[in-house]
Amino acid sequence: MRETANVSGSLRARLALTLIGGAAGISILMFVVVRSYAAQIAQQGQDRILEASVTSILDAAILRDGVVEVDFPYAAFAILGTEEDDRVFYAIHQDGALLSGYESLPVVPARVGAEVTHVSGEMRGASIRLASASRILVGADLRTQVTVSVAQTRDALQVTLNRISSNVAYYGVGFFLLSVLVASWATSTTIRPLERLTHSITRRGPKDLTPVAQPVPQEMGPLVSSLNNFMARLSTSLSQSEDFIAEAAHRVRTPLATVRSHAETTLQRVEREDNRQALRAMVRAIDESSRAAGQLLDHAMITFRTDHLEREALDLVAIVQDLVIRLTPIAEMKDIALTVVSDAEVNVAADSILLQNALRNLVDNALKYSPVESEIVITVSASPGPRVLVEDEGPGFPPDQINNLATRFLRGTNATGTIGSGLGLTIAQDVAQAHGGTLRLENRPEGGACVIFSL
Amino acid sequence: MKFLLVEDNLDLANAVCERLKMDGHVVDHADKIADASAFVDTGDYDLILLDIMLPDGDGRGFLKRHRAGNNDTPVIVLTARSQVSDRISMLDLGADDYMTKPFDYEELQARCRAVLRRNAGHAQASVQLGDVTLDPVAGQLRVGAKTVTLRNRELRLLELLINAPGQIFSKAKLADRLFSYDEDVSENAIEVYIGRLRRHLASSSLQITTLRGLGYRLDHA
Repeated sequence: MRETANVSGSLRARLALTLIGGAAGISILMFVVVRSYAAQIAQQGQDRILEASVTSILDAAILRDGVVEVDFPYAAFAILGTEEDDRVFYAIHQDGALLSGYESLPVVPARVGAEVTHVSGEMRGASIRLASASRILVGADLRTQVTVSVAQTRDALQVTLNRISSNVAYYGVGFFLLSVLVASWATSTTIRPLERLTHSITRRGPKDLTPVAQPVPQEMGPLVSSLNNFMARLSTSLSQSEDFIAEAAHRVRTPLATVRSHAETTLQRVEREDNRQALRAMVRAIDESSRAAGQLLDHAMITFRTDHLEREALDLVAIVQDLVIRLTPIAEMKDIALTVVSDAEVNVAADSILLQNALRNLVDNALKYSPVESEIVITVSASPGPRVLVEDEGPGFPPDQINNLATRFLRGTNATGTIGSGLGLTIAQDVAQAHGGTLRLENRPEGGACVIFSL
Repeated sequence: MKFLLVEDNLDLANAVCERLKMDGHVVDHADKIADASAFVDTGDYDLILLDIMLPDGDGRGFLKRHRAGNNDTPVIVLTARSQVSDRISMLDLGADDYMTKPFDYEELQARCRAVLRRNAGHAQASVQLGDVTLDPVAGQLRVGAKTVTLRNRELRLLELLINAPGQIFSKAKLADRLFSYDEDVSENAIEVYIGRLRRHLASSSLQITTLRGLGYRLDHA
């Protein structure tokens, strides 16, 4: 009857994944933004130096006798020095024709008087940044345009950028790890009330249908109140059906008892053998129906309880002794001796109602099949594991059926003529198995049955 | 023995009363708790047979008050509730034993004897005839100065005979009292027990006479 839920997804996983995924996204975004901002700042720095260099060279260009002369100021190149020994290229064009410098340097068409123009490019396989500016020189009869371009490789810039990137990456990873911690903490505090509720419902006894009283978060309120409503309805219907069963049993068993009493009394009065046969048959039918009804109810109860074992600390010996006191009157009617052989105490953690019922069924069986003036020995021992042996001097079990006699409603082929429902061994076996034990049926070599009920 | 039967179903009560009286017991019948309390206050009973579902209340309440009032008259509960938990709770409430309806009359007798034996000293229901005294509760037979403990079937057989000396019991009738209804026994099995009783009674003033074709009779010389 133990049902598992139809599980799809996990709140905990979903929450953790969302939080961690979000943190990872934010970390990557932060990395990209910070890195590109740093690149931009670094680029602006280099541009400003290149600009200063270009401007100072351009300022030094003069027109003398119709010829352009450029006297490079020392600072023009000195300011371009870097730790990484970046290479510097320059070119001076007059009206588009190379005057001095590197021929292969890209020419940027620069407008006169405009700001310094910056471009990125490539020179001899290296990435460069280039600044260029133009100026008009006016002489006596000459008007010429001088363009100065200065380029620098970007090694130092790249190194700075890489340093910034790796630092940002470390911060990003740190932030991410911190976020994972926060996410798992947040997940477990969010899930905890749910786990507490589950725990409090799981450890309830089978008949505990009282409402959940512990405080729960607002979001779980509707769930818990529908659970409480559901349990209230279940409790009502359970107690109704219990009342109904008790009432039905009362209504049926009382008249049956009346019939049985009358039949027994009449049997003492009538003499004719056919009448006596009829009365005996009547009594047997009544016994059969009442025993079957009782065992069916017991079996239903046991099926219910085996799903929700109420284990408590019990002394197996005390239970067996108590049972023997209950059954002695019945044993006496056939002059059967019930002997208990046991250790002083055999402690078990078991469901007392189930245990009493199972053992009663086993001894009842032994009593039914035992011959008059025989002995039933009940041995209770603690090793190897708590167990109860019931040995009788009856006919034993049919050898070909011994392995499946505990099947529901199956009765031994040699049980004809004995009143029984075929549920006794089933009940005992169900109870043993619910406690993690076994029920073993054997025939004793000297004759008689031996049932070993171990927990 | 003196019984108080508390049972609201009149048909069943009549049947049980009749059956108990047949064996020479005295029975008072109460059909509700109020009457039962009145009976218990005024009469001295050996045993109370108590139904649980009664018109003016639950028999368990009566049982609790009965025990609280320090009354030690043994109580056997006759219950129509067959669930194990119900049966166990009866014992917790102070019942000495319980039987589930419908019950076997012989088993009821056996349980009464067992309960009385456990509450020893309460009932002295010995039967005396000639120089023979039978204590059915202890299961002891005294002939003169000699005491023997009888087996249960011997005891039940002798109890039947000694309560009705001179009356003829057929083998079939005796068999029905001695053996359960699902036992497959021949009437000749009775002869075994008659033989044993004869040995026990050999030196006494009682003797069991065989009436061919009719049965047995206990004669008092």
